[in-house]
Amino acid sequence: MAETLAYWQALNRAHDVEMAGDDSVFVLGEDVGLYGGSYRVTEGLHARYGEWRVRDTPISENSFAGLGVGAAMIGLRPVVEIMTVNFALLAIDAIVNMAAKIPFMSGGQFAMPLVLRMPGGVGKQLAAQHSQRLEHTLMNVPGLRIAVPATPQDAWWQLRQAIASDDCIVLLEHVMLFGEKGEVDLHAAPPPMHQAAIRRPGKDLTIIAYSRMANLAQEAAEILAGEGIDAEVIDLRSLRPIDWALCVDSVRKTRHLLIAEEDCRFAGAGAEIAATLTERCFDVLAAAPLRLGGLDLPTPFNAALEIASIPQIADIVEAARRLCRPPGKE
Amino acid sequence: MEREHVRSMVRDLLLARRFEERAGQAYSEGEFGGFLHLYSGEEAVAVGVLHAAEPSDYVVSTYREHVHALVKGVPPGRVMAELYGRRDGCSGGMGGSMHLFDRERRFMGGYAIVGETFPIAIGIAYGIMLRRLPEAVICFFGEGAANQGTFHESLNMAALWRLPVLFVCENNRYQIGTEIHRQAAIPDIHTRACAYGMPGERADGMDVLAVHEVAQRMLHAIRSGQGPQLLELDTYRFRGHSMADAGAYRSRTEVESYKQAGPLQRVEQKLVAPMDRLNGSPAALDEASLQQLRDEVEQIVEAAVAFAEASPAPTLTDAWDAFHAPGRHETLIRAEQKHG
Ligand SMILES: Cc1ncc(C[n+]2csc(CCOP(=O)(O)OP(=O)(O)O)c2C)c(N)n1
Ligand SMILES: [Mg+2]
Repeated sequence: MAETLAYWQALNRAHDVEMAGDDSVFVLGEDVGLYGGSYRVTEGLHARYGEWRVRDTPISENSFAGLGVGAAMIGLRPVVEIMTVNFALLAIDAIVNMAAKIPFMSGGQFAMPLVLRMPGGVGKQLAAQHSQRLEHTLMNVPGLRIAVPATPQDAWWQLRQAIASDDCIVLLEHVMLFGEKGEVDLHAAPPPMHQAAIRRPGKDLTIIAYSRMANLAQEAAEILAGEGIDAEVIDLRSLRPIDWALCVDSVRKTRHLLIAEEDCRFAGAGAEIAATLTERCFDVLAAAPLRLGGLDLPTPFNAALEIASIPQIADIVEAARRLCRPPGKE
Repeated sequence: MEREHVRSMVRDLLLARRFEERAGQAYSEGEFGGFLHLYSGEEAVAVGVLHAAEPSDYVVSTYREHVHALVKGVPPGRVMAELYGRRDGCSGGMGGSMHLFDRERRFMGGYAIVGETFPIAIGIAYGIMLRRLPEAVICFFGEGAANQGTFHESLNMAALWRLPVLFVCENNRYQIGTEIHRQAAIPDIHTRACAYGMPGERADGMDVLAVHEVAQRMLHAIRSGQGPQLLELDTYRFRGHSMADAGAYRSRTEVESYKQAGPLQRVEQKLVAPMDRLNGSPAALDEASLQQLRDEVEQIVEAAVAFAEASPAPTLTDAWDAFHAPGRHETLIRAEQKHG
């Protein structure tokens, strides 16, 4: 039985059911309580669960993320909201040196049932310090698992799975997705948290994307279909681990690989994906994989330049054409 | 205080208010997007402090910094053009509302990550000390930023090395929707200075003359080598945290009562009042000259809007030039400039 929910509502409902079902779950972050969260994700929870379970914090990212680590060490299930991914840079010590390493360096004595939620991405003229995508930074950290829900359904499933997990999960949300609506089946059994999804099957090329880019890739695929190019669109849903098996199968079938990411292309997620899939599919690839990514530039404030700084649907379409119909082979 | 100086402070208060309200209007009309944090209600802080500054003093500010830039002397047209994201903006359209910069006027930037102004300020101050110059750095921050680690780390270093910084806390009692008593164990921010052996004072941030008086005294001491100081100014923002915030967490009564005691009201009561209310001392301004100032700032702000609207949008080449511009003498391998 599906309901139409906005992405933020799906996250809100996920918090609510997990908090109702397990009193070791608590939420903390800036303005998550009385204010209801900058993107409304924690709306109503303070009234329902009280201030000890929905804690408004001072602006002290490193220490309140670290507080989450300490609480997780004694078995609580903290859900830390970092208002935006940009501020996670101030908590990188707690995330990278503590949360990611304690389970290992304690010789496995401690679990880390901690969720770190943080929206990122290019919004609408939020300027250089508020438009970052930090997946590349976090992907490089053993000990973290990274989920990147692109739809309300995945937001609902993956946040619930993250809270239930005994590992540290980073949930990377996207500022442009909070208002996006979609059908959410609240009762369906979720796929494994880190399993990729085929959004559209196709035979001519594989487009791999994640988060908001997965939605753009799907729209691009519809345009391509009108031109006789049948694209298979994969939404990774998780950046660590990556569901390689599904990607390899797809690339082996289509023999063409295009990767679209919003993060800066240089040393981004796409570089890892292209390298690994080249290693595994080199023998069948008909062309070198193509990567679309953000410019190697801080995000400009000016609206037109901001748009030009990250891939758009037309860029994906154009790149797919180039890949499938190289000039001279028409 | 000289009549002319009072007049110019009042003019800046009026300019500040008009500029911000006009920027808010342009934003609501869709002229530009992003976050816009207005300063209405807090003008006496920037005006009082920066009128006590020398042109050789440096200013470091937050994302709520349009007025700091204006009072530091950045031309209104260049500030407005930056809000519009245009080429003639003071950051070339690359920074926007939260990232105003003007190197020539020693306006060292607006920073949008809370708590960044402290380390930048002590870095500049360190350079001043190294060169033994009689200059100071003015570091603005909100009371919410005093809970960030950089506040404590930077105050310690500033005090340890006697760096010439005036830390100015704009205490408007809110960190977005969180009231100060819900985020600070010690809400009297100036008392925290003593943890680092630093003088800390508090003043009425709605009273431009009071702000000016205390800031002048503190800056004088700082420039003469007496080390850093902290000034906490009680103030209030009349609007939401940003244009996206409806401000439902504050009662209308609360907002109204602060508005009644706002910096412009104070000016009217104190500076334009009839003689008898001022115990015989002459008022610095009369109603006619106040109206003249209002007309003057109206024209300045409209000219700033016209300047912004006439300015072209920056191109992608401008963006790359900005990226590669400052003092790169060594040869870099030029990065690929196009994705795909
Ligand atoms: C490190 C960091 N965390 C969170 C934010 C989001 N944020 C922007 S302004 C703000 C409140 C700041 O309050 P205060 O320092 O009192 O300044 P005010 O806005 O009241 O002038 C918050 C939490 C941010 N920009 N940077
Ligand atoms: Mg404040």
